[in-house]
Amino acid sequence: MFRRIMAPVDLAHPDRIARAIDVTVDEAKHHGAHVDFVTVTAATPGPLGHTPEEVRQNLEAFVAAQREAHGIDATAHLVISHDPTTDVDDALLKAVKDTGADLVIMASHKPGLAEFFWPSNGGKLASHSGVSVLLVRDA
Amino acid sequence: MVDESTDQGIPAPEGDVEIIETDYEIGQDNIEGRIGPFGFDIHNPVFLVSGLSVVAFVFYTLALPDQAGAVFSWLFSATTKGFDWFFLGSANIFVLFCLFLIVTPWGSVRLGGAEATPDYSYAGWFAMLFAAGMGIGLMFYGVSEPLSHFSSSYGGTNLGENGVRSDWAPLGAARGNEAEAIRLGMAATIFHWGLHPWAIYAIVALSLALFSYNKGLPLTIRSAFHPILGDRVWGWPGHIIDILAVFATLFGLATSLGFGASQANAGLNELFGVPISNTAEVLLISGITAIALISVLRGLDGGVKILSEINMGLAFVLLLFVLIAGPTVAILTGFADYLGAYLQYLPALSNPVGREDVNFMQGWTSFYWAWWISWSPFVGMFIARVSRGRTVREFIISVLLIPSLVCVLWMSVFGGVAIQQVVQDGFTGAQEAALPIQLFKMLGELPLAKITSLIGIVLVIVFFVTSSDSGSLVIDTITAGGKIDAPVPQRVFWCTFEGAVAIVLLLSAGGLASLQSMVISTGLPFTVVLLVMCWAVLRGLMSEPR
Repeated sequence: MFRRIMAPVDLAHPDRIARAIDVTVDEAKHHGAHVDFVTVTAATPGPLGHTPEEVRQNLEAFVAAQREAHGIDATAHLVISHDPTTDVDDALLKAVKDTGADLVIMASHKPGLAEFFWPSNGGKLASHSGVSVLLVRDA
Repeated sequence: MVDESTDQGIPAPEGDVEIIETDYEIGQDNIEGRIGPFGFDIHNPVFLVSGLSVVAFVFYTLALPDQAGAVFSWLFSATTKGFDWFFLGSANIFVLFCLFLIVTPWGSVRLGGAEATPDYSYAGWFAMLFAAGMGIGLMFYGVSEPLSHFSSSYGGTNLGENGVRSDWAPLGAARGNEAEAIRLGMAATIFHWGLHPWAIYAIVALSLALFSYNKGLPLTIRSAFHPILGDRVWGWPGHIIDILAVFATLFGLATSLGFGASQANAGLNELFGVPISNTAEVLLISGITAIALISVLRGLDGGVKILSEINMGLAFVLLLFVLIAGPTVAILTGFADYLGAYLQYLPALSNPVGREDVNFMQGWTSFYWAWWISWSPFVGMFIARVSRGRTVREFIISVLLIPSLVCVLWMSVFGGVAIQQVVQDGFTGAQEAALPIQLFKMLGELPLAKITSLIGIVLVIVFFVTSSDSGSLVIDTITAGGKIDAPVPQRVFWCTFEGAVAIVLLLSAGGLASLQSMVISTGLPFTVVLLVMCWAVLRGLMSEPR
């Protein structure tokens, strides 16, 4: 049913994305779909690496580990943004187009009062993207 | 394997750089959590200490206004008078160092690695660095400073009782010589807005960009100290440097917000008869803060950059209008003449020792240098944030030489027209008016005064918004330990906090003026920081592959 799954991952918070990754792997196996793991980062040094190159290597290592462990077909996509805090939604929308994904699976926290002011990234993606979006809540 | 086809339009994060090896992980000292529904990600202890000490200082100035006023103004005059030689000498070093970097082979080092591509086009980049750098001052002083130096030069020198000059004229003045007084007045103005301030910004920006993009250290002021302090910068020495930077930025912005509101209020009064009152100014600050909030919520590309471009567009329109409506030919010949005068008087004006024009040197030059330096952590960090992908040479030329030339042009047009009005038409309205409305008096003598004054007011306001939003981003980054992807509510917090501090200080008598003195006093420790940065930049560039 789905050929290409896009999975945005924030590697700085492995605990928050664990469930979403499990779901992604299951769906990929079930549909025999290709997975694109996407990370949005800034060019400045951050927790994931001192340079964008280092972040890219970390992401690739993560993707390689997923391929090894689950036998899925997966690639890494690094998106550099000037201001990830505010631009991550647009960056992900563009990544959906660029990867040609037909399903997005991502982690999303439980909505609360704050979502009235700042919609969650997943919520925004579901509202504005033409593809199917599966939001995985924390346990 | 990375699929390169999806990277189109994204700067390629590649090329050789010489990363500084350190065990420090960016964000390792951060505390993440949630307060109610809002997430946060802050550096411990920089966020708390700087936030709390700002609150403490505001309370101090409110609770004991007289004492605080006395302390801060003593601090201010001790700094600008006692260390005038230090400010002037250091600023000269910064200019020479920048010019030196342009011609050396290190100029070809690229910020972000040999193969990095610029994040922003020239137009967007230039608009942002200019709007953050001096925008508002040009509105405030564009008319008043040339007029002031011209008048004092024309008035000549006066010796006080103690044998020290009591006049405020630059250098030896030009008593009764109108043409020379104009040249000297313009040269002195351009001196304060030309190479020196931009060299100060360039040094801070360059060291931050270099240590962050090429060396892999977090984007905070302390990183430039790594070559000297080593891994101790991640401890208290570094905390103190960062806290000082937050302090200078926040109070610098808050005081400027207050003064900006008073200029906008004065302009609205002149134009529409809006009464000059605390209510009007509080509303203006709230409005400016609200627009700045929208801008930080829209982010760097969607907010700050767009506003900066609107700003530059409007400023250009106003400049062009004054140029055409005023004595065009006289202004254009003036531009070349004033530029020549600047270069001619530059060595004498920048001489740090043995000066006779003490009032001018301490009250103007030393004050300005301390002021630019206290703003430099903020402006420098913002410039660094948007300058990835430029070579050092390109960076220095664009941050030092081009803005200096634009300032010469701006001052030649606004100051030139105002002086012509005095000299040729005998119009002294601007000369005699209070500082905030001199611009509007000058515009009032030109055609379409209502429209241009309105543009003037809008410009004052938008210039403040661009300072406020970029300042909030900078404070947010420093207090998040160099992370630029901290949760949005943090930006909202700093932006609102700035506005609140400005309002509180505005409502207290003398609050703004005494804190401005304090901000300027922070220029002294930062001058030392900047001198260290020069050395650190040199060390950093030497180890960089070219």
